[in-house]
Amino acid sequence: MTAATTQTAGPGRASRFVRRVPLHVVVIVLMVVWLIPTIGLLVNSLRPPEALTQSGWWTAIFSPSQFTLNNYAHVLAQSNVTAGFVNSLFISIPATVIPIMVAAFAAYAFAWMKFPGRDILFVAVVGLLVVPLQSTFIPILQLYGPKGLNIAGSFLTVWLAHTGYGLPFAIYLLRNFMGELPREVFESAAIDGASPVTAFFRLALPMTVPAIAALAIFQFLFVWNDLLVSLIFIGAQNPDNAPLTIVVSNLVSSLGGGWQYLAAAAFVTMALPLAVFLALQRYFVRGIVGGSVKG
Amino acid sequence: MDQRLVTAIIVVLGVPAVLIGYIWLTERLLNRIGQRARPRLRPWLWLAPALAFLIVFLVYPTIGSLIRSFQNAAGTKFVGLDNFAWFFTSDASLIALKNSLIWLVVLTALTVGLGLLIAILVDRVRYETVAKSVIFIPLAISMVAASVIWKFMYDYATPPDPQVGTLNAALGSAGIAPVAWIQISDFSFNSILLVIVMAWMWTGFCMVILSAALKGINPELLEAARVDGASERQLFRGITLPLLAPTLAVVITTMVITALKAFDIVYVMTSGHFDTQVVAFQLINELYNFSNPGRASAIGIVLLLAIVPVMALNIRRFRAQEAIR
Amino acid sequence: MIEQTRTTRTRAATAIAVLAIIAAACSGSATPTPAASAAASAAASAAASTAASPSAAASAAGGSLAGQSVTVIGTWGGAEQDAFMAMVKPWETQTGATVKYTGTRDLNTVLTTGVASGVLPDLAGLPGPGQMTQWADSLVDLGPILDVATYKSETAAPLVDLGTVNGKLVGVFIKTSVKGLIWYDPKTVDLSSSPPATWDALQTAITQNKSKAASPWCLGVESGAASGWAGTDWIEDLVLRQAGPDVYNKWWQGKVKWTDPAIKTAFQTFGQVVAQAYGGATAVNATNFANAGDPLFKTPPGCLFLHQASFITGLGGFKTAKSGTDYNFFPFPDINAQFTGAIEGAGDLFGMFHDTPAARSLMAYLVTAPAQDIWVKLGGAISANKKATDYPDDISKRSADLLANAKVFVFDASDLMPTAMNAQFWTDIVTYVQHPDQLDALLADLDKTQKDAYAAP
Repeated sequence: MTAATTQTAGPGRASRFVRRVPLHVVVIVLMVVWLIPTIGLLVNSLRPPEALTQSGWWTAIFSPSQFTLNNYAHVLAQSNVTAGFVNSLFISIPATVIPIMVAAFAAYAFAWMKFPGRDILFVAVVGLLVVPLQSTFIPILQLYGPKGLNIAGSFLTVWLAHTGYGLPFAIYLLRNFMGELPREVFESAAIDGASPVTAFFRLALPMTVPAIAALAIFQFLFVWNDLLVSLIFIGAQNPDNAPLTIVVSNLVSSLGGGWQYLAAAAFVTMALPLAVFLALQRYFVRGIVGGSVKG
Repeated sequence: MDQRLVTAIIVVLGVPAVLIGYIWLTERLLNRIGQRARPRLRPWLWLAPALAFLIVFLVYPTIGSLIRSFQNAAGTKFVGLDNFAWFFTSDASLIALKNSLIWLVVLTALTVGLGLLIAILVDRVRYETVAKSVIFIPLAISMVAASVIWKFMYDYATPPDPQVGTLNAALGSAGIAPVAWIQISDFSFNSILLVIVMAWMWTGFCMVILSAALKGINPELLEAARVDGASERQLFRGITLPLLAPTLAVVITTMVITALKAFDIVYVMTSGHFDTQVVAFQLINELYNFSNPGRASAIGIVLLLAIVPVMALNIRRFRAQEAIR
Repeated sequence: MIEQTRTTRTRAATAIAVLAIIAAACSGSATPTPAASAAASAAASAAASTAASPSAAASAAGGSLAGQSVTVIGTWGGAEQDAFMAMVKPWETQTGATVKYTGTRDLNTVLTTGVASGVLPDLAGLPGPGQMTQWADSLVDLGPILDVATYKSETAAPLVDLGTVNGKLVGVFIKTSVKGLIWYDPKTVDLSSSPPATWDALQTAITQNKSKAASPWCLGVESGAASGWAGTDWIEDLVLRQAGPDVYNKWWQGKVKWTDPAIKTAFQTFGQVVAQAYGGATAVNATNFANAGDPLFKTPPGCLFLHQASFITGLGGFKTAKSGTDYNFFPFPDINAQFTGAIEGAGDLFGMFHDTPAARSLMAYLVTAPAQDIWVKLGGAISANKKATDYPDDISKRSADLLANAKVFVFDASDLMPTAMNAQFWTDIVTYVQHPDQLDALLADLDKTQKDAYAAP
């Protein structure tokens, strides 16, 4: 039986509409409030720098002649923008795929395998969320540097680092979703003689797809927008591998001049994560788990 | 470019393949061992890759931090609890502690509360994807861009110069004099304004996760209850909320920790001036600007200890969950 | 059925895994290696390292630096980055090497982690003389690399000394600035007769011109993480002229306390300026230093004078204003007749972390007058090299002359203090502007930090 959002004919329809008006009003008001700051930035990104400090962004709507694409042109004309974009992709995609895979196995073990110290170990893993990234830079860089593996400046450094940094949350989220899966499903699979490996791939993973989608969105987003980790592990050694975030940060002088380009750059760099978000929306659908639950 | 593309493809395809192969191999190995040993060994084999990463990238630096928190700035001798004493007695630290506490409470309440509300509301409208995208967009914008946006919201210009800031312009059209928002430290008002910036970004995070959990609730349950005459509020309290509880715990725990680690917004908007200092910012200052890893590490350990209560609550919840499973 | 599927799937997975491993192993250097090719080129260009002057180095190396690169890191971005790249372009063309520059606001983080781990760029802009001293062990001795005699003759002695740690020359100035210039709009304030030479004369000028602008002073100390530094410049100028260079130097060395009457007086004078500033204390803390001078050019003018360094000419309203007609400057007036002719300056230090032939060649090039002329010509910067004279306008030339001919030259005190002290100084300016009644408490606080920050490790 599918979710009953059908519309009933007759007088029921009108009263349903009236009852739903407050819902729509609230949702739309929330959307507008949320959008105002972003729209402000969008409008400002289309204005010349002198106008930004002299009048508010809403005034520009009344004098559209000042709108200009110069800021965007400047951002895109940077010699290393394409390279930065490609580098960002090189960095973000593996750094999203690897943690999800590693975390999935660990989450399943925490959720459906019994072993002594499981809860304490899990909580310790989650507790690692609080470790500030900055305090890990020196030890890791010593590992990566000339006195260690000597791979500083390569993408491998950030792939491994982002995996390590992203695992606590990934394991936390996936374990939570996997743990909520109905026990009966796994029990009947075990009775059928399926090994845990099979149960994992054929049962757990497909049913955890919404969580994996959410995780993919966030991990990709955080790595895509990350500046510091790439700067430390790649930046100084190998500017050729610098991601888009570093290219964008170089648009502004040390004294703060040129930040109107930041506004334009923000929208340029936002496009891809937003696309990823929209693309993964189809995994946030009802019924992936629903069908197998009995009250 | 070519070389790196090849490497990237190998990594994206190869690593999952290697992992799968590893699991399959371990299963083969386990089949050789006795039936009883299998379930005892298997979890550790499945956890091994994750544990390896965590130990290298997070545990090992933290152990280093723990040791350094007992040393002086140059790392040449041990000073016992001096660094911790400094942290709990210096005026600046106490303000930072107070502010971090405000961040913890207000950010978590706003993001989780609004995230849940929005997830539930948009679940019922046709334009759900559009609405969710709108709430999500701030998270997709980098921290720096978000701070630029809100600098414009809170901006103050000397009257009678025209107000560039949205809030002050709104005040102006109502005939009220402009206010230098982020300079008002009474009742930690400016700290709360900074929290609002971060809440604007992170509500989308909570919303996405809670929305995913919401979709996992069997609609038959809700329909049956509705048919039985239950009101929306009863449905929420009796069915939705309990089923969402585990995910809520995840989201709350994550936001609490995020609030404790928050410093980007403070760094860009006020740099800790006007009494907006937070603990995480202090840590970074001590570590990189004042070259005092001893104190920085002490702050890190304090943060670690601060989340112990939250972790304890999590354990209790697991045990309870386990009991009813 | 589950059994069958499992076998097929796992067989496929193993196949892929094996193929992947083989492919990875066969692709040779699977991970991209860092660009700097120190080891390979060291042997080949050993001869070039003994070259004495930039032109000799370039011609001895000829194109033999071709294909090599130098990694550089600095805080410059935007227009500054463009200026730096323009500065190194002739060197790149002449030697065939490339400069790979990364700009970042997190310079301290990158260099601190770098020094601790050995992962460093070849050349780096250094945050300041204080930090440079801390990293002196990792920095390369520039003595054998530069023509030190020529460098010393072309650069003001104090700047050379600032770059020297324990006899080792580790830092050189790529560009400098003069601090404590008083800017004004000649159309508003007529100083053609003679600019005020003493503080009293300045106060008279203010009184005489009071009606011409809303406030006597323009002031803005907002600057992100460094908010307050514009105020610290004020305090330094006041200490320098009220108490003299001796006290000034002892002060930044931590030997004069903040609660000392000399320092307190400077703060109080600054407080008077804040009271006379455009927009009052709230605006002072809310206005970015780059835009603080904009009221000078408004109609009607918002203020008469702005105290700011020479690089303001490239920022805010100054950018579009006309040098000489719309703005002019006079040096900070004397306060105490005993201490005249003192000038405060600052600059951008550069150091070298990796000794490679390309890096040596670039470093030697950067200190020459022709190189520094390139940046200077773009405006807003002054060269550390006395021979660089290609200034775009009269104003820049005058500021450069001030620096070169200073009777007493001191470096920006806050830049010389330990970072913790410097940061506290900045923050306390912001607090003082907002709460001038808390002066004594703030100074006592600064004393506490001073004890901590200057303590031997």
